[in-house]
Order: sequence, then C-alpha cells, then structure tokens
Amino acid sequence: MTAAVGAAAATEPEAEQRYAIKTVGLTRRFGSHVAVNGVGLEVPRGAVFGFLGPNGSGKTTTIRLLLGLMTPNAGSVEMLGGTVPTHAKEVLPHVGTLVEGPAFHPYLSGYDNLRRLDEFDASTDSRTSKNRVNAALERVGLTAAARKNYRRYSLGMKQRLGLAAALLRPRELLILDEPTNGLDPQGTREVRTLVRELASDGTTVLVSSHLLAEIEQVATHVGIMSAGRLLRQGPLEEVLQAADATLRVETPQAQLAVGILEDLGLTVTSRSAGDVVVRLADEAPERINAALVNAGVAVRGLRVERPALEDFFVQLTGEGFDVVR
Amino acid sequence: MSSVDTASSMRSSVDVSSSERSLLVGRSSAQRAVVVFAHQIRNELRLVFRRRRNIAMLVVLACIPLLIGTAIRVASPRPGEGGPAFVSQLTDNGLFLALAALTVCLPVFLPLAIAVVAGDAVAGEASTGSLRYLLTVPVSRTRVLIVKSLGALTYLATAIALVAIVGIISGVALFGSHGVTLISGDTVSFGDGLIRATGVAAFIFVDLLGLAAIAIFLSTLTEVPIGAMAGTVAAVIAFAVLDSVPQLGAFRGLLLTHHWLEYGAFVRPGVSLTAVAHSLVLPLAYSAIFFSAAWARITSADVTS
Repeated sequence: MTAAVGAAAATEPEAEQRYAIKTVGLTRRFGSHVAVNGVGLEVPRGAVFGFLGPNGSGKTTTIRLLLGLMTPNAGSVEMLGGTVPTHAKEVLPHVGTLVEGPAFHPYLSGYDNLRRLDEFDASTDSRTSKNRVNAALERVGLTAAARKNYRRYSLGMKQRLGLAAALLRPRELLILDEPTNGLDPQGTREVRTLVRELASDGTTVLVSSHLLAEIEQVATHVGIMSAGRLLRQGPLEEVLQAADATLRVETPQAQLAVGILEDLGLTVTSRSAGDVVVRLADEAPERINAALVNAGVAVRGLRVERPALEDFFVQLTGEGFDVVR
Repeated sequence: MSSVDTASSMRSSVDVSSSERSLLVGRSSAQRAVVVFAHQIRNELRLVFRRRRNIAMLVVLACIPLLIGTAIRVASPRPGEGGPAFVSQLTDNGLFLALAALTVCLPVFLPLAIAVVAGDAVAGEASTGSLRYLLTVPVSRTRVLIVKSLGALTYLATAIALVAIVGIISGVALFGSHGVTLISGDTVSFGDGLIRATGVAAFIFVDLLGLAAIAIFLSTLTEVPIGAMAGTVAAVIAFAVLDSVPQLGAFRGLLLTHHWLEYGAFVRPGVSLTAVAHSLVLPLAYSAIFFSAAWARITSADVTS
C-alpha cells in the first residue's frame, strides 16, 4: 500500500521516511489578508500532532491546502512522501480526513452516505464496500443508527459519522479538524482512546482542537498557529520546555531571598510571606539554590513550575476574544 | 465503545483490505476503471432519483399529458362540428397527444426541472459540504463534474421520455392508434409515427442539453443551489424576451431558445435531417461552451464550503 506513494516520491526518500506531512513556505492570501503565511509544518511519521491556534489563525486553511482543496499562492505540500496536489491520487487514499466538521447528504442514511464515499473511491474494491462501511459504523458505535437519515442525526452522531468516513479503510495519516466538536464527555473519551489506538498502530494523526487539555493528553507533538504564522512546533515537551518556566522558592526569609534572586538578575513575579516566585529564564535551578543557601537563606522547598499547554498557548497567542487579523 | 470492541473491529477492517487485494488480482486496471465509473454513476443516479423533490417533479410532468388528453377528450367537438385544426388532429390520433404534451412542457416545465436538478449538481454538494469529502476520497474534479452532469442529463432524458411515453399511452387509450395524419395531410403508419415521436423527443433533449450546460456551469460558480437554479430560469426568460424583440435581427439567431421549437420537421412527409441538424447546431454549441466553462471553473476554484 505504501508502494504507490513511495514510488511517487522516489526523489526524496529521506523526507518520506521522517515526515508524514511537510510543507515549505506555505502561503495563501485572500485579497490583502494573508491567511497562511510561510508555514513550514513538519509532522513526523507516527506522531500525534496537536494543531493549535485561535479562531481565524489559519489552521483550517492550512488543512485545506494540505488536501488540495485550495491552491497555495506560494510554497509546497508533501504528504506521505508525495507532493499534493500532483500526487493527490496516490496519496489521498491513505489519508483519512475530517475537515471543518462532518458534511453529508441530509436525505441519505448514514450507511448510504458512507457507501457513496466508498463507491466513489477508485482504489478500493466495490465488492467489499459493504464490509468496510459496516466495520467503520461499528467502530464509531453508529451501527444502530446506520439506516437513519443523516438529517435526523444529533450533532454527536454526525461527528461520529464523520470519523467513520475517515476510518473507512486503514489509513497511514488522519487529519482530524475538531474531532470532538459536539461530542458528550463519553464521546470525547472515545475519540481520545481511538486516537491513541490508531497512533499505537503507527498511524500518524494531525488533530486540531480548541480543547487544549484534550490535546495535552494525546499529543506527542504540537504546532501553534497565530495570525497565519506557525509560531512553534515540535515535540510537546520541548515546546513546553521553551515556555517561561517559574521557580517557586519556599522560605521563611522571603525578604532576603528576593534580594539575592534579583541580584542574580531574575524577575520576581509574585511573593508572599512564605514563598517567592521568579521567572526562570535560562538559569539552572540548582545554581539558584546554591546561591540562596550560600547567602544564608533557609530554603524549605524549591519547585520548577511549567505552564500547562493552555497557559503557554495564551502566552503566545494573546488573551481575549479578538480574532487576530 | 470499549477499547476491546474497537480493537476487534479494527482487526476486521484490516482483514477486509487483505481479502480485497486478492480479489483485485483478476481485474485489469482498465476493467477496474470501468467498474468504478459504473458504480459512481449508479450511486449518483440513486441520489438523483431517490430525492423526493425530483420524484415530485417527474410526477407533475407525467400528469401534463394526462391533463391535456382528458381535457380534450371531455371537450372534444363532435365529428363534423369542427374546432381548431390541431385539436381535431389530436382526436384523430393518440400520438399527437405526446407531441402536444412535449410542446406544452418545453418552454417552462422541462426547463424548470432541469434548472433544479442541474443547478443543484455541484452547488448542492458544495452547500452540504459533501464536495470536500468527495474530493478527498479522492475523486478528481473532472470526474466529479462528469458524474454529476451525467446524473442530471439522465434525469433530463427520463423527464422527456416520461412525458412522451405517458403521452403516447394515454393518447392511444383515449384516441386510438390509427395512422398518423401529417401537417401536409399525408398519412403515415403508427410505427412510422412512433419513430417520428422519438425524433421529436431526441430533438428536445438536445435543445435542453444547452440549458443543462448553463445550469451546471452556474452550479460550479456558487455554493447556493437555489442561486444556480434561479439563474438558469432567468436565462430561459431572458432568451425568450430577447427573442421576441424583432429589432435585434440576426442576433436573435444566437439565442439558445430561437430554434427550440423547430422539431416541426418531424411531422413533415420527408424528414429533412439537414434542417434538423441545422437547428441543433446552436444548442450543441451552447453545451460545448458551457460544459467547458464549468470544467475550467471546477478544476481551478478553491473549495471553501
């Protein structure tokens, strides 16, 4: 199955090995508004890549560019080792997608909608279409509602059907835009479990979501977009490491400690009678500890605190409801 | 779903793909391409013909020959009493009911039906958003256009055939199947008449092919199906209005609807195929232009729905 895609990309075997998605300088303008600005997305194979960004930051446009639904003004897209849209025919059968929510024919049942997608797929055998559709429906727990018209589905059922379409056949890459939108807590958990299972099978998953806690639980890598630019990307821990960590010093001699810490050039962010918190720039915590102890400060506790993904996200992309232009 | 459930269903989907590979061995890639195309068309036809709105339009179209036939039968002049010439021709022979029904449907009802179905072709998929999932299956944009167009054209052919067939059957039932008297007064056999009626239906199909092309082109411009439908109907009205302005002179000959009703050739003694072909050049040219424009549009536009 990889053979076809591999052949398409024989020119760059190395890139094919390392990245499921690689874009270079991807840019898309709408009039004077630059929706996606020089994005170089790198999603390693086998990663669960959390694709984050506030509304209007260019996530969905990036995904549409990846899938060849839109044409970039500049830059290139490579997925599973083949360029898109040139090799879309070879690449896309191995990519399951859920883009901007599920979308199906309202007057067809869930089953008929999946049959339609499967029968239009030139790379599958129509004689086994029924099996694939039933397996996909079962997998997302929609078997009981399979014959119901799509328009009568609840939001959560629609979302499940969208996931079923993405899972119609074994995929090497899943691109899931807001997969938990509209799902109840059980559904959200199921999606999380599903993503983990798929990932443990070796499927690469790109998942965009506003639920940062959710992403933090499943993602191995993250990319953060804001105003059309990719601000950060990489393994989750590395990205968070780069965030401004803080050091909490518990001491009865707060006054004295503040003096020492400020002498070290650290910024005190908060202080109370029993502890002092400083922003831990590039300073090693053990050196700070040594400096405090040498100066005769009684240190009762020392704790490095890293921001949660959500705090870091807000640090990067700003507070408030304003859509960044 | 528990994690155990998911794991087992995942295994089964992997099994499907391996059994599928063994099944595929027997087919050449050309055979497979034909099979896939046939399935795509079948699926599209199911979508078009199961849609309640489309069925309702067919029912209305089928009622038109019945209404005309019943009205004429009830109000038909007694023999020797006279009345308009075409009415007496109708009462003479059932085949004319089919022609009368097609003539009544051609200016409004058939264009309306094709505007709805062809206007919905691409715009309908765009408005539900299913177009983006079709394209990421992946189905090429050209293939989407071909399949959606063939679906709409099959509907058009069905609508015309339905009016003609219901017209012939009810006509024969109400007025009998004698020889057919032509405009010239000559009489031809019922079988000959049937062939001529088929000719008229085919002529009307080509007429409306031009309109279908316009509707499909409009359908690639918008995500709002009703917009493409209204645009198509507006085009028909505009053609008819312009065609009624004699000052436009030769320009009127370029209007799609100008030669629409020239299927009279089929009810003359010797059917002049050159005259028929001459009348059909225009709708065929419209089809070529607008299908090309639709193709240019669908293969280049961003899919933002």
